[in-house]
Amino acid sequence: MRRITRDRVLSISLIAPSILAVAVLVYGLIAWTGFVSTTKWNSLTPDYTSVGLDNFADIFNYPRFQLDLRNTVVFTVFFVLASLAIGLFLANLLDRKIRGEGVFRSIFLFPMAISFIVTGVVWKWLLTPSAGVNLLVGLDPATNRWLTDPTVLHLPTGTILNDIGLGFLATNQWGVPIALLSVVIAAVWQLSGFVMALYLAGLRGIPDELREAARVDGASELRIFRHVTLPLLTPVTVTAVIILGHISLKIYDLTVAMSPTGVGFSTDFPATYMWQTAFFANQFARGAAVAIVMLVLIATLIVPYLIWNRRQEISR
Amino acid sequence: MSCQTDEARTPVEVQGWWTTGGEANGFNKIIDLFNTAHPDLCVYNAAIAGGAGSVAQGRIKAAVLAGLPPDTFQVHMGHELLDTYVNIPGGSVMAPLDDLFAANGFNDLFPQNVLDIISSEGHPYSVPLNIHRANVLWYNKAVFTANNLTAPTTWAEFETAANTLKTAGVTPLAIGDSGIWANGMVFETILIGTLGVEGFNGLWTGATAWDDPMVTASLEQYKKILDPANGWINTDHSSLSWDQAVDKLIDGSAAMTIMGDWANGDCTAKEFADYGWAPAPGNSAIFQALSDSFGLPALAPHPDETRAFLAWLGSAEAQAIFNPYKGSIAANTTSGDPPAGELQYNAYQKSAQADWKANPIVPSMEHGAAANPAWSSAINDVLTAFVADLDVAAAQSALVTASGDFVTASRQTIATR
Repeated sequence: MRRITRDRVLSISLIAPSILAVAVLVYGLIAWTGFVSTTKWNSLTPDYTSVGLDNFADIFNYPRFQLDLRNTVVFTVFFVLASLAIGLFLANLLDRKIRGEGVFRSIFLFPMAISFIVTGVVWKWLLTPSAGVNLLVGLDPATNRWLTDPTVLHLPTGTILNDIGLGFLATNQWGVPIALLSVVIAAVWQLSGFVMALYLAGLRGIPDELREAARVDGASELRIFRHVTLPLLTPVTVTAVIILGHISLKIYDLTVAMSPTGVGFSTDFPATYMWQTAFFANQFARGAAVAIVMLVLIATLIVPYLIWNRRQEISR
Repeated sequence: MSCQTDEARTPVEVQGWWTTGGEANGFNKIIDLFNTAHPDLCVYNAAIAGGAGSVAQGRIKAAVLAGLPPDTFQVHMGHELLDTYVNIPGGSVMAPLDDLFAANGFNDLFPQNVLDIISSEGHPYSVPLNIHRANVLWYNKAVFTANNLTAPTTWAEFETAANTLKTAGVTPLAIGDSGIWANGMVFETILIGTLGVEGFNGLWTGATAWDDPMVTASLEQYKKILDPANGWINTDHSSLSWDQAVDKLIDGSAAMTIMGDWANGDCTAKEFADYGWAPAPGNSAIFQALSDSFGLPALAPHPDETRAFLAWLGSAEAQAIFNPYKGSIAANTTSGDPPAGELQYNAYQKSAQADWKANPIVPSMEHGAAANPAWSSAINDVLTAFVADLDVAAAQSALVTASGDFVTASRQTIATR
C-alpha cells in the first residue's frame, strides 16, 4: 500500500468529479436506457413492467427500421470508402511540396469547420431538382431527381439468385436508394478534407530514405506507393475508418437538415426513427431499444479498435 | 411582455409554438389585453420555435413528464391531448376543467362535438381557442379562368381538370410533403370522400375496418393522384414544405393544392388575393376540424391564476380578436365579429364560419384530433412508404396492422352531428 500523500489526495479529488459525471451521465444512462428498452413504457408516464425483448422484436419486424438499417450500411460503406479515396488522393497531390500548399490545405479542410446542419441546408438547396445543380449545369429536373428520387437500385430479379435461395437479395430491402447517395455526396464533401489532413500527416511521417531506397532498387512510383507508402499508412487508415464510421453510424443532424425521412424512407436513419418514435409517438421503450441497437452497432466498430490500439501500445 | 420584471405580479407561463407572423401577433394581443385587465397577474408567452411545433411539443412533453410543467400549454384537441396526457397509465397529468366550464357556461358556448373531442369520461380537459378546417382545396383563379375550369367537386371532375391543366403545361396539384403529414391530409380527404362522415369516423373508433373495400378504393384513388405516370403532382414534392407548395400556386406554375386553411393566412401574408377555395373533392358539406387548445397541468405552479387566463381564452371576445390574425375561426359559437379597429375576418373565414355552423364535423388524424400520436405516427410511416412504392395491398395490410395495435388503446366515441 502506497502512502497517502498530499499529491495523491489532490489528484484523486481533482479527477473525482469527472469520473463521477461520466459514471452517472454516460454509463449510468446507458444502463438506464438498456433497462427502459425492456419495459412497457410506451406512453407519457413510465410503466416499468418488463416485457423482455419484445421491443427489439417489434423494431426489427418494423419495415421502417429494416430500411433504416439498410440505409446505415449503405451510407457507411459509400461514405467511408469515398472519403478515404478522395482524402488519400488530395493528400498525395499536396505532398508534392507544391507552392501554396497551405492555401490548398485550408481550402480542402475548411468544410469540416462547418456544422452538419449548415452543410445539410446548403446541399439540400443544391440537390433540389428544381434548383441548385440542375439549374447551374442545365440538367433536366425530371430525370435528375437527386434527393427526391424514389428509385432503389438492387440486383436483378429472377436470376440465378432465386435458384440458390438468395432471391431476397434482389429486393428494395437489400438495395441502394438513389436519394441516399445525395446525402453521401454532402457528407463526403464535408469530411474528405479531414481525411486528407490525416493522410498528409501520415505521409510526412514516412522517412524519405525508405522511398529513396525503393527507387534505387528500381521500383516504379506506383509500386512504391502500393508496397511502401500504403502499408505504412495503415494506422492512419484505421483511425480514419473509426472516426468516419462512428460519425456515419449515428448520423442525424446532416440528414435531418437535408432530407429528414426522405421519399419512401430513402434517407431515414435509426437516429431519426428513434427521435420520432420516442418524442412524437410517445413510445419511449421502443425508442430506447433503437438507441441500444445503435450503441451495439457502434460498439462493434469501436471495441475491436480499442483492443487493437491497446495491443499496439503493449507491443511498443 | 415586460411585466415579467414586476415582482408584484404573479407570473403565468404559457408554452406553445406561435413565435412569428399573424398567430404570434394575435396571441400576444390577447395576452396583453388580459394582463391589462389583471394588474396582479403577468401571463407571458414562452413560445418555442422550430419544426412547426414539433420542437415545442417534445420540450413540453419532457417538462410535463419531469413533473415541472408550465402553467398552461398549447395542444391539439382530441387524442393528441387525451392519449398523451390524460388516459395514460398512472392517471391523468392534466386537471379536469369541469368547474371552469360550469362557471363560464362553456358547455353551452362550444358545439357538443367539440366538447366530446376535448373530454374524457365526461370531463373536459382543455379550452379550444380556434377551429381550423383541414379539407380545403385551394386554387389559382387566373389559371382556372384561363383554362375554363371550375373547382372540381368530385375526384372524377378533378381528373378531367388535371388532364386539361397538364396539357396546358401547368402542374395540376402542388404537394409539399417534406413533412409527410401534408400528403397524409390529401389521403384523409380521399377517405372522407369515399367513406362519408360515419364511415370515416368509424375508422378511428373501430366501427369501420381498415380492410374495408372502401379503404382499398381510397388507396387506389390516392395512388392514381400520386402516380408519376399521370403527372398530376409536382415531381419535387418530397423536397418542398407545404408553404412552398402554396408558392407554386401563387406563381401559377401549379393550379391547386389541398391544405388546411392556414394556407389562407399564408396567401394573405404573401399578399396574394387571386385564390379561390372549395371543399376538397368529395368533401362537400363536411367540415374536417382541428383546434389549438390550452389545458391545465395537474402540477401547474399557479392553477387559480391559470384558470382565469383559460376563462379569457374561451371567451367570445378573446376568440374574436385572436382568430382573424391566426386565419382560423372561433370555436366559441357566440363569438361574433371582432370589435371595430381590430383586424376583421376575411371572405374565406366568413365562409368557414357558415360551414362550421351548418356542416357535420369530422376530426383530423394528421393534426391530433382523430388518433393518438403513436397511431398517427404508424399511419404516417405507412404513407411514407406508399408515396414511393404505390403498393396498395402492402399499404392496406400495414394500415390494418397499425389499427390493430392502436384502435383498442385509442377507442373513444367521436360524436357526429
